Amino acid sequence: MQQQADSGKGGKKRAKRQSTKIDMTPLVDLAALLITFFMLTTTFNKPQTMEINMPKKVDNPEEQIALKASNAMTILLGEDDKLYYYFGLAEDNPEVIESNYSPGGIRKVLVSPQVKSNDKMTVMVKPMEESRYKNVVDILDELKITDTKRFAMVDIAESDKKLVQEQIGN
Amino acid sequence: MPKVKVKRTNPSLDMTPMVDLFFLLVTFFMLTATARPDEAVIVDTPSSASEIKIPDTNVITITVDKNDRVFFGVDGQQTKEVLLDKIAGKYGVGFTAEERKTFSLLSNFGVPVSQLKSFLAMESNARKEVNQPGIPIDSTRNELGDWVLQTRLTNPQVVIAIKGDQDTSYPTIKRVMDILQEKKVDRFNLITDMEVKPTNL
Repeated sequence: MQQQADSGKGGKKRAKRQSTKIDMTPLVDLAALLITFFMLTTTFNKPQTMEINMPKKVDNPEEQIALKASNAMTILLGEDDKLYYYFGLAEDNPEVIESNYSPGGIRKVLVSPQVKSNDKMTVMVKPMEESRYKNVVDILDELKITDTKRFAMVDIAESDKKLVQEQIGN
Repeated sequence: MPKVKVKRTNPSLDMTPMVDLFFLLVTFFMLTATARPDEAVIVDTPSSASEIKIPDTNVITITVDKNDRVFFGVDGQQTKEVLLDKIAGKYGVGFTAEERKTFSLLSNFGVPVSQLKSFLAMESNARKEVNQPGIPIDSTRNELGDWVLQTRLTNPQVVIAIKGDQDTSYPTIKRVMDILQEKKVDRFNLITDMEVKPTNL
């Protein structure tokens, strides 16, 4: 039998009943603060990326096969988000048409039968010096959206610049 | 007539489920969080409908801002320390252990090798303030090419991503791409923002 430590009162010692409820408001405050902090510091979605394969630099250009005029399309990227395209080769003085990056612009051309029904059609993208990086990404994006498989990024040639200058002006 | 008794509700409510939920969210965010690395420069990338994600590790990020300054960044502290040693050997600049440590913690930088030592010696706050001139990319002082080449020798698994600003002029990007091709890198990534892919063509 255990002895009662304090036997002042003869009655049963009653444990003081404490309320089990505690005030959780500070806890909630803290948790909400932490949530806010982590939500703001998290970089949630990883950036998208576009894969691009550049054509291999060739050492001897003589071994390359010339592109047939009927299979060639050239897109020229100009300044102020302007865009020109022509079919065929620059030597044949083709008609240069001005277009834009909107869905009704170059995308329409890229899905037109002239491009789509010709498996060998190669699209050459030639950004001019005045064009900006956004233009390049936009046109690569359009080519991807229209599922154009054969395309290449090519340096601008003097003949292309002359074509634009002659036919579009300034 | 009996008085209409307004029912008194107890204003204190049981917060336990709420706390449970909050801590669940805290745990979730803590585990998924990767602290945002402080970039040397802010660039506004163009958007594209591409849906490929960039890998988490082994990425060289070449940032080009709208003033045509080029910044270089690579992940992995080990890689960066070895890389700095190699560059130091090539350019004949010695770096102290402290500078190597500082360099391994940088997410990206845009100073020529000749200024790198003084750049690393700065306080981290001063480093954010300073105007970095960008890494030289012209053909006489092609430092970017060396950085890329040495990184690839250090860590052969790296993929290269170009993060350009919308308004970067094309010749700069072209120059960066040419440098990569000189170093026999024909495949690289362009970092873009997300854009909804149009469904009807």
